[in-house]
Parts: sequence; structure tokens; C-alpha cells
Amino acid sequence: MGIVGWARWAWRLLTSMRTALILLFLMALASIPGSLLPQRGIVPEDVVAFYKENPTLAEVFDRLWLFDVFAAPWFAAIYLLLFTSLTGCVLPRLRKHLAEIRRKPPAAPRNLNRLPHHGSYRTDVEGEQALAAAQTLLRKRRYRVVAGPGWVAAEKGYLRETGNLFFHFALLGLLFAIGAGALYGYRANVIVTEDEGFANTVAVYDKYTPGSLATEESLHPFSFQLDDFNATYVLQGDRRGQALDFVARLRVQDRPGAPERTFDLRVNEPLETGGAQVYLLGHGYAPTFRVVDGEGKVAFDGPVPFLPAEQATFTSEGVLKVPDAKPAQLGALGLFLPTTVPVGEGFGSAFPGMINPTVNLFAYHGDLGLRKGPQSVYQLDTDEMTLAAKTEKPLNVGETLTLPEGRGSITFTGVREWISLQIAYDPGRLPALIASSVAVLSLVLSLTVRRRRVWVRLSDGNLEVGGLLKTEGSADGFAGEFGDIVTSLRGVVQPVKE
Amino acid sequence: MPPAQADTGLAALSDQLILFTVLLYVVAMFAYAIELAGARARRTAQKAKTPALATVGGDTAPPEAPEEPAGPARASDRLALVGKAAVWLTVAGWAANLGSVVTLGLATGRWPWGNMYEFVLAVCLTAVTGFLVMLLRHRVRYLGVFVMVPVVLGLGIAVRYLYVQAGPVVPALNSYWIAIHVSAAIIASGVFMVGGVAGILYLIRGRQDEKGLLSRLPSREDLDRVVQRTIVFAFPVWTFAVIAGALWADRAWGRYWGWDPKETWSFITWIVYAAYLHARATGGWGGKRAMLIQLVGFACLLFNLFGVNLFISGLHSYAGF
Repeated sequence: MGIVGWARWAWRLLTSMRTALILLFLMALASIPGSLLPQRGIVPEDVVAFYKENPTLAEVFDRLWLFDVFAAPWFAAIYLLLFTSLTGCVLPRLRKHLAEIRRKPPAAPRNLNRLPHHGSYRTDVEGEQALAAAQTLLRKRRYRVVAGPGWVAAEKGYLRETGNLFFHFALLGLLFAIGAGALYGYRANVIVTEDEGFANTVAVYDKYTPGSLATEESLHPFSFQLDDFNATYVLQGDRRGQALDFVARLRVQDRPGAPERTFDLRVNEPLETGGAQVYLLGHGYAPTFRVVDGEGKVAFDGPVPFLPAEQATFTSEGVLKVPDAKPAQLGALGLFLPTTVPVGEGFGSAFPGMINPTVNLFAYHGDLGLRKGPQSVYQLDTDEMTLAAKTEKPLNVGETLTLPEGRGSITFTGVREWISLQIAYDPGRLPALIASSVAVLSLVLSLTVRRRRVWVRLSDGNLEVGGLLKTEGSADGFAGEFGDIVTSLRGVVQPVKE
Repeated sequence: MPPAQADTGLAALSDQLILFTVLLYVVAMFAYAIELAGARARRTAQKAKTPALATVGGDTAPPEAPEEPAGPARASDRLALVGKAAVWLTVAGWAANLGSVVTLGLATGRWPWGNMYEFVLAVCLTAVTGFLVMLLRHRVRYLGVFVMVPVVLGLGIAVRYLYVQAGPVVPALNSYWIAIHVSAAIIASGVFMVGGVAGILYLIRGRQDEKGLLSRLPSREDLDRVVQRTIVFAFPVWTFAVIAGALWADRAWGRYWGWDPKETWSFITWIVYAAYLHARATGGWGGKRAMLIQLVGFACLLFNLFGVNLFISGLHSYAGF
């Protein structure tokens, strides 16, 4: 066997149904670790936690791409092989089916009474007339009909194979749509506080994951202003505190110079602007502070987004950093309670909504460590700082924590809310939708339509009718249809009265 | 936005109806079991029934000869009566089940499948619906007891362990997509369940010429046909459910597919059932092997339904636990 022989053998092996089945199973098996282990693309923080708990194991897993299963080369290998196998299987079938569609139904076999479905009766109608009547009847039933000397052949149900082929091509289309979306799309996350604006540029994103062929010019130039955010909760009963509705009121400008429009952004109602979508993913509180430094100047005045530490009560944690404070930089760890109630010795939050907001502060002075490099806005590096003061009891809005030795003061001036948003652009969305709709419709066709043939033959004044179901499965349905055909044929060609 | 408080009267009615449902299903289950245990071995009777050879000759013969073999007529009459009673009990239970789901929906003013408890109630409802519909067209009464066992178990677990007081859902579930996506998933799951039960029976049944208790089970060919019918129906519905889920995810989470554990397992389930259909279409993989694939698919479906919510955290976690 030469190279061509080997290649042909390999191609035949790859495109065989058995290989396709094995590849299908491999794909299912390969997906399982992706659901059991944390995935970097979905929960990166859990991957970090896994690394901390089992450093050696994590190292091994990572080398096997087990934290990125769906981007792993071995996963890609499986689905590319599967789709190659599929193409190799479907293309020859397409050629064959196209030929079959153009071909006429095969001539009637000699002995129709050997077929699984068979009927026969005497007729005294002129032979040709009877056959013509049979043709009309079968055509009316949307059979493809061809006639020969003394026989009529009819076939129906080509849509089965058509549907099957469409289904498989739709899957190929879906793969391309997903691929194109991943290459040319982008996804970004950002936090916006009430009364703040947002303009769609990379600089303002907290996180930006562009497709490998997406450029900064792909960003849609929209902007909006967040006027108000409102969360509604169940107030009483078993489900007290469960969220009922979130709504963010936006004033949107679809592109620079376009007229402003208002939009109520909700969880299941994303903002569509240009080709991009903006989704409401989460929300939280941003207490506002005014910080006066040791020289008596206002060194900070504004909101600080706190992260919810507890979803049920929205007890939130955050960090205030005042690099401009003099003589020393100031920082504070904060604990925000939207609905403050006494709990044991201290205080806690009893409800996620804001009924009695307070904040606890641990204020530090010294060096924030910003020169050492980038740091998270939600963490305070206290290596070069010392605790200056802490709140004895939670501060109400308007109350001030004064730092000793004239280092300044921090006033809790109010609370705003923030929302976290995802901005997504995926050019493969619509093609994927079309491909998957075609897939479902054609799947139904390929599973429900059945290919069947009916023949009528005239011999010695007997009209013989034979039927053959070409697809496997129950013949019950066809038996009924065949019976109907025979019955109406009898009605049309007027049998002999005996 | 649905009301913050559920109508307590209607919710209580729903709770009572579901207990009533379980009761009726249990009695029906025993009635089916009695009929099956009393039935004669089904070897010869089934073999005589060759694939419908339509004899539409001179005069139209009845499509099927009466199947019951001659024997002690009184006893078999009585058994048939028990079987019929079982069907009517099932219908009554089904009505109570339906009533329970409907009152739950009315009580909460939303689609009544917002958590695991409600989901299981609805899946059991469709499984029984699927069985009753098949009963209208085919002789599948022998399946009754085997459909009732998992349904009763499922409802029992739902009432005992998954029960949640009727109330509003979180905003993420507050979408018309719940009516489309979850309904399709429920219908497909219910029908897959009937197929799974028939598949397990197929494996238990073994060869044709078996003796003893097992010979009272339907023949392998009959079971194979039941499985094929259910999967051919449920597979496109499941495909639609997954795609509708992707459409909803596109609106709610900002991407249509993100390999969330629930998404991953619905994909795995889909692949395995697709493998079953391919195995059936290919020579050499039919029969027992195809049936095993089908049961692996059913196991994946169950794991997706319960396991993913119990053991893995993901975006679908609000579904009840």
C-alpha cells in the first residue's frame, strides 16, 4: 500500500460511523472535567484557590489544560476530528442525495405481493385509465410518480435525508459561527456608580477580554449616564430579603452626537446599542466619604464601591485609599451594613435593602505602597501603615471619625449604589441562532419523515398495489397510509360488482 | 413582576393535591403490578404478532387478531379489569398532579417551575402524560408499574426533601424564557424517563425463551420500539430546550454558551443520546449496545437534573438547593 492507499484507508476509517460514535463519546468524556474542575474562563478565583490548596496537583492539572478544558488543544483535536469525520460522511451523502432527488422512482417489481405491504383487487376499468387514476391519486398525495408499461411507481419522503443533511451542515455552520464570534468579538466588565457616566473605551474597563482578531476599533462608541439603581426585596415572610427586581435607569447615547434616550436596564433585559449588548450582572453599595487630611485640606470626596461579602444581608467590605493626603497617606478598611441591627456585642445587617445604613472603619496612616506596582482597589497593603483609629460604634450618615494627633478626619457623607455590567459584542450570535434553528427544524424532519415507495401494477384485470417502507422503525404509520391509498384507489377505479 | 407574596390558600391546595397525586399513583402502581404478576408468559403471544402485514385484500380484515390467548377466561377478565382500574387511577392521579402544578402557578402568579421541587413535580407530570399518550395508541399497559415507580419515588423525594414554600423567584428567573426553556426541558426529561425505564426493563428481560417471572415482562422487540419512539420524540425537544437555554443565557448572562456545569452536562446528555440514534442507524451497534448508550444518556440526564445542583456550583445554582 502506497501513501495514497494509506491516506485512503485513514480517511475511510475516520469517516466511518464507528469512528464518529467513538469521537462523540470522547467529546462527552472530555467535557466532564470541565464541569467538575474550576475553569479559568468562568471562575478564575476558584482556580487560584485550588492552586493554594493543592499546589502540586494543580500544577499537573494545569499542564494537562484541565483548568481550560474547552480551550485545550486535546479538546480542539476531538471536535476538529469529529467535524472532519462528519464532513467526510455527509459530503458523499449529499452527492448521492442530489442524484437521488433528480432520479425517478425505480420501476415496479414483478411480484408486488412479495412486498411487506400489499393489496390487490379486480377491476373492469380500462387498464390505462386505472393507472392514470392511480397516478393522479398518488400525485395528489404528493408522491413523486413515474409510469411505465402497465405500472406506476411512486416515492415520497425525500425530506428525511434532506433534513438529516441540513442538520449536519447546520452543526458545521454553528461551529463556524461560534469560532467567528470568539475571534472577532469582545467582552468587558465594568462597575458604574450612580450619577456617574460611562463611555465605551478600553481604558475604563475593569476587565477586557478581546477575541484574538478584535481591535480597539471594534469597540462601539456608545456612552451612558447611570441616574439611579433600584433593588426591590421581599419585605416579610419566609423569603424576607429575597430580591424581586433590579432596575438601573440609564440615559444612553448610541454614538457621539446621537440623541439621548432613556433605558431601564434589568437582569433579563440587556441594553442593545449598535451591535453590542450591555448586561446587568450585579450590584452593590458605594458609601461616600469626605476625607480631610492633616493639613486641613479635603483630600478625597466621593463614592467608594464596596463588595458584598454576604449576599443575604449585603454586608459589604471595601477599602478607602487617599494617596493625596498630607503629611502622610491615609487608608481605611470599611465594613458597610445596609440595615444595621445590634447582634450580640456588636452590630450586623439584617436586610439587603438600605434601611439603616452605617459603616465601620479602621483608619490607617503611612504609605499605601502604590509605588510598588499595581494593586487591587479592594485590598489595603498595611505593610508600611499603622492603625490610627477605629470606629467604636458604626458611623451613621453625617458622622465623622476623627484621627488622633491631627492626622485628619473621615466623614461618612452618604451612600450610592453601583452596578456591575458586562459589555459584549459577538458577531457570531445571529449566525449561531440561524444555524441552530435550522438544526432543530431539520432534525425534526429527519426523525419524523419516512421514505416510502408505492407501486401499482396491472396484470390480468387485477390491480396490484405494493408498498415498501425504506426507513427502519415501526411500520404502523405507513400501514395506515397504505391502507388509505388502497381504499381510495378502489373508490376511484370502480371495482367489479361481484 | 410577580407578586411578592404567594396566595396561601391556593398554595395549600397545591400541597394537598400533590399528596393526593402520590396516593393515587401508589394505588395505580400496585394495580399495574397485580395485573403484570397475574399475566401469562408473553413469549408465544408476542411472537405470533409479526410486523403489520397489511392484508387489505378482498375484504378488510381487522388489523390485529385478538392477542389474549385462550385460557381461564374469568381470571384474565378480572386481571384486565384491574389493569383498566390502574389506568383510571393513573388518569385521576394525573389530573391531581396537573391541578397541583396549575394551582402552584396561580398561587405564585408565575410559571410554576422556578425551583427543584416544582421542576420535579412537572417532570413527573410529563412522564405520566407521555405514558398515557402512548397508552392511547399502543399496548403499553405493562409499562405502568415501571413508570409509576420512578414517578412515585421522584414525587416522594420532592415532597420530603426538596419542598419549598410557594413564593416569588429571583430576578434572573423572571423572564418569559422560563416558560419556553424550562417547559421544553421538562417535557424532554419526562419522556426520556419513560425511555429510560423501558431500557432498564430491556436489559432485565434478557432472551426471548426465558422462564419464570421475567417472562412476564414485555418482549425485547416491544421494549426496543418503546425506547426508539420516546427518544425520537424527546431528542428534538431536548435539542430545542438546550438552544432555548442558550437564547435565554444570551439575554440574562451576556453569552449564549459559557460551559456552565449545567450547560456542559446538557451538552453531554445531548451527545450521548445523539450517539444512541447513530448507533441505531448503524449496523452492528443496534440492540443491547444501543440500549446501553441510551441508559448512559439517561444517567447523564439524571446527573444533570440532581447531581449538578447537589455537587457543583454554577449559574443554575438558584434552582433549589
